[in-house]
Amino acid sequence: MNLCIRGGRVIDPASGFDQICDLHIRNERIVAIGGAPPDANHTGVIDAKGLIVAPGLIDMQARLREPGEDHTGSMESELAAAVKGGVTTVCVPPDTYPPIDTPAMVHMIKQRVDAVGLARVLPIGALTVNLEGERLTDMGSLHQAGCTALGNSDRAIVNTLVMRRALQYASTFNLVVLLNAQDPWLVGNGCVHEGEISTRLGLPVIPEAAETVGVARDLALIETTGIRAHFNCLSSARAIAMIVDARARGLPVTASVTPHHLHLCEQDVGVFDTQCKVMPPLRSEDDRTALRNAVASGAIAAICSDHQAHGKDAKLAPFSEAASGIAGIESLLGLTMKLVREDNLPLTTALAALTSNPARILDLDRGRIEVGQIADLCVFDPDEVYTLSLNGMTSRGANTPFYDTELYGKVHTTLVAGKIVYNG
Amino acid sequence: MNVEESSVQFEAPGRLRHFLTTEGLGRETIVEILDIAESFISVGERRIKKVPLLHGKTVVNLFFEPSTRTRTTFEIAAKRLSADVINLSSARMSTSKGESVLDTVKTLEAMHTDMFVVRDKASGTAHLIARHMPPGVSIINAGDGRHAHPTQAMLDVFTIRQYKNDFEPLSIAITGDILHSRVARSQIHALRQLGVKDIRIIGPATLLPTRIEKLGVRTYYDMDEGVADADVLIMLRVQTERMDGQLLPGPEEYFRYYGLSEKRLKLARPDAIVMHPGPMNRGLEIASGVADGPRSVILSQVTNGIAVRMAIMAKLAGDAHRESHS
Repeated sequence: MNLCIRGGRVIDPASGFDQICDLHIRNERIVAIGGAPPDANHTGVIDAKGLIVAPGLIDMQARLREPGEDHTGSMESELAAAVKGGVTTVCVPPDTYPPIDTPAMVHMIKQRVDAVGLARVLPIGALTVNLEGERLTDMGSLHQAGCTALGNSDRAIVNTLVMRRALQYASTFNLVVLLNAQDPWLVGNGCVHEGEISTRLGLPVIPEAAETVGVARDLALIETTGIRAHFNCLSSARAIAMIVDARARGLPVTASVTPHHLHLCEQDVGVFDTQCKVMPPLRSEDDRTALRNAVASGAIAAICSDHQAHGKDAKLAPFSEAASGIAGIESLLGLTMKLVREDNLPLTTALAALTSNPARILDLDRGRIEVGQIADLCVFDPDEVYTLSLNGMTSRGANTPFYDTELYGKVHTTLVAGKIVYNG
Repeated sequence: MNVEESSVQFEAPGRLRHFLTTEGLGRETIVEILDIAESFISVGERRIKKVPLLHGKTVVNLFFEPSTRTRTTFEIAAKRLSADVINLSSARMSTSKGESVLDTVKTLEAMHTDMFVVRDKASGTAHLIARHMPPGVSIINAGDGRHAHPTQAMLDVFTIRQYKNDFEPLSIAITGDILHSRVARSQIHALRQLGVKDIRIIGPATLLPTRIEKLGVRTYYDMDEGVADADVLIMLRVQTERMDGQLLPGPEEYFRYYGLSEKRLKLARPDAIVMHPGPMNRGLEIASGVADGPRSVILSQVTNGIAVRMAIMAKLAGDAHRESHS
């Protein structure tokens, strides 16, 4: 397959390359940027006039609901949603049923992904057996089987000694760990930010300290083990400040946020709107502003969807009992581009947070547009406004607070290894 | 935010469809309900204690959380309005186990119920149900989690009005477990809308919710300071399960710092009234001598509960009636 993506604005966020030019793909790789190679026999042309050609998105945390929760989503449905959103690589946390804590599980997921095609999937291996926070997994074997990163999803490793040993052992194999740091005692049975909204609605709280205590503990352990760590889905200004401070001291740590924490705050819960029930909870308006600034400054390196598909009924319950999470993989780019349009987030910074930065954090040879690179690409219209609707979602999830929100950056074409996997 | 709360319970300005919270009700609606309640007080004193306002209507008391006095007063209120009343009390399974709240209510709604009185342990249940009811079916919130208990707050302000002429100059002190109290939240909203400027919230830091000041109240850790020259003292029930040493060290220390003793009562105005939504823990939040003393209006609250709940049901039925003929 010899493809030419013609006349698009080609952006490689890592190098800052930003030019209107052609992109030539042969088989699975980028072979030329600009002028066509001498033996170019294009078998296909994608007209990208007025469109942006960027590396495919790398989503650092998204659930595909397989195995174990097939009633809420499948690899087919959720990966189709991914490529529709321009995502070409999906990191799947180990909280499947059963969890990804053995090489066999990694192989099984890979087989399913191969059968489905569409996007790439990186299974994140569990740090502890059954995510129970008690015994370490066979991390070396998990790595061998294809886990480039490990984590314990959002199941806290309560025992600090186990956590320390897990980080130490993971560092043996030079693995990256993905952490969702929340102190389980302070989270308790809470379901909203401790603030005006919790007081008005009388809902059990998750104080900001749940996150800062969790991050502080993990940072102290990271410092003694020297492991490379990435904090997924942080929600508070103070936690971000702690990450910035740790980096200044030379610790190899990075962080990501979700688009919903960049767009919404506690007030959006309104009158028990369960679509806004997420973990960690939507925080204050000041937190939201701080998170936006941190993305713009690069202090937060990545934006991930934290995609979690749920059926309609999961949100039709009293707030404290409703399921947590947003089906967000389809709107990851659209909500990020909305910040570019409406909040002065620099375009290159935004794209870096979705592509080259996650690749760097995860040691992936992806997220770049360079000659010789694998052609995982996303071609989108930065000016095209679109909205999500309940029936227009590709994900099986019926859960997003962003129905009827104006999104920017509609994806036209998604390519994985030079192959068109989505054409809108 | 008030606008949004209101949009769930109001069908049109001034026309109530559900009774879910006192937040955003508006002074006019509150006073209207109090006035209707006033007219129902005499019904309870007649030989035949019935008026036919809800004749032919079916009211279902749906209590997913145990209650004696609230459920009983609702039942009596509905019966005095000549409604047919069904009582259903059952513990509800949370989350995905068993039938969902909505399924339970929709099943009963399919039997042509006109009004549901709902109590549940989770905040927001009444709102959830109200959003999924067809036209003509009203929901009355009889307490949802820690969020709201609007009929209790209405009977409390009704009782205050019986003893005090004007709301605006009053100093009202609410003491106890504010964090878990749906009663306190509903009282604060109702009192604020009636023009009360001095609302004092008293309790230890573990039982005061964050940023409660945003609701228009002042907070006190020192009860002596908080009750000084107050006109109305509202004591809240402290659930015994809070005494497990996590939020409070124990009953003796609690009574010492936050119990209403005869001595503390003297700090309030000489004509201060003492209220409690019940059931009381004598010797924990209130001394027996105060509970049974001359300043206590606790039993009036219970009596008034029937008239006020009748008024709310009548208002909902009346507003629905207005709609069907407009």
